[in-house]
Amino acid sequence: MSAVKLDSVEKWFGETQVLRGVSLDIEAGEVVAIIGRSGSGKSTLLRCINALESYDVGYIAVEGQRVDSNSGDLRALREKVGMVFQSFNLFPHLTAGENVMLAPRIVKKKSREEVRDTAMKVLDKVGLQDRFDAYPEQLSGGQQQRVAIARSLAMSTRVLLCDEITSALDPELVGEVLRVLESLAADGMTLILVTHEMGFARDVANRVVLMHNGQVHESGSPQQIFNQPGTPELQQFLRSVG
Amino acid sequence: MTDFTNWEIFQNLLLAARWTLVLSLIAFISGGVVGLIVMICRTSNLAPARWFAWGYIELFQGTPLLMQLFLAFFGLGLLGFDVSPWLAAVVALTLFTSAFLAEIWRGCIESIPRGQWEAAESLGMTFLENLQYIIVPQAVRIAIPPTVGFSVQVVKGTALTSIIGFVELTRAGTMINNATFQPFTVFAMAAAIYFSICYPLSVYSRYMEKKLNVGRQA
Repeated sequence: MSAVKLDSVEKWFGETQVLRGVSLDIEAGEVVAIIGRSGSGKSTLLRCINALESYDVGYIAVEGQRVDSNSGDLRALREKVGMVFQSFNLFPHLTAGENVMLAPRIVKKKSREEVRDTAMKVLDKVGLQDRFDAYPEQLSGGQQQRVAIARSLAMSTRVLLCDEITSALDPELVGEVLRVLESLAADGMTLILVTHEMGFARDVANRVVLMHNGQVHESGSPQQIFNQPGTPELQQFLRSVG
Repeated sequence: MTDFTNWEIFQNLLLAARWTLVLSLIAFISGGVVGLIVMICRTSNLAPARWFAWGYIELFQGTPLLMQLFLAFFGLGLLGFDVSPWLAAVVALTLFTSAFLAEIWRGCIESIPRGQWEAAESLGMTFLENLQYIIVPQAVRIAIPPTVGFSVQVVKGTALTSIIGFVELTRAGTMINNATFQPFTVFAMAAAIYFSICYPLSVYSRYMEKKLNVGRQA
């Protein structure tokens, strides 16, 4: 069973079709980098996987459970799939520790002691155990993004969706966030990243997918994609970011 | 003509001011409860609930409080209900207050960035959990200054209930003036009492605004 399966997914925003039949099969533990111009549908695709957006045609399943934003068990879906955002979206009125503990406490109904242990563990994982009591505004952008990753990990998700999570960071803070992703990949987490970090995609991803006009335009190993780009669109895109 | 000393006038006004305070408090609390419900309807996913709330807010923000008082007092009376000035005053002030608080609070809720909803949603929280733990705690901080500021309007609005015969500060002033023929003294005192209720509220509202702004910059 694949971790995430998309079959001919189509989506419209009003009159505009943003996804035009996307099919992808992602195995557990795979690291997939989705690249492409803005407006190519890559963020929308990601948001369909955890039902933040609905889709109109086709089929999406996570670990065999059909994704349906209107009905079905969204809670079960979101316990499997976590999401990290470009703008961190930490809860500003809660400390780093509280940000991490909140969802396990109320969604998973775990005891206070248990979630505290979990929070310590995941904050340690992202190297921020000592900032447990800091408020988001007291943390750097890189630290905030690492707390956001820890917040998803605390739900023991098995698939992590990352939507341009280093785009809002100062260049010198990008590395610390990417290192956390690398260690998650090494632990066997399924990662689906929409990213502009081509170096990272080349080094860490198992597969790179170019989205173009709402479709998977080209897909392959990093070597294939970056060294032997097949289509003119991919060549052009790589020149524009390279 | 009866002779009242200034002190006696003041004492009588002060006694009547109790009812201004009580009515303000009741209007504010019931207006807050109803306003909360209207605000939830206004932001709900259900189109009929949204339309209802929109109509409610436009209607009671777009008509004078005095007309609402007349309609509650005389209108319900015509329909055969026995409406006391008390009940009419509470009903009209509740409608008025709730329509404004609903809009003030909606603005506060909507000023919370979309990303906060999405983050909570993607962690598996339901709409109500999201409201309870993420949105409302942040919105309340933002809402305190304008809400306290609006309470001044409620206090001043209670003066209109004197017209339908509810005996509060203004009505007491009118009655004392009828007996003493000292309008300037009487109404200056009444105004001073209103001011001493409203001014602390305004000051508190500004203080909270400053405090919360400083907190966000730190």
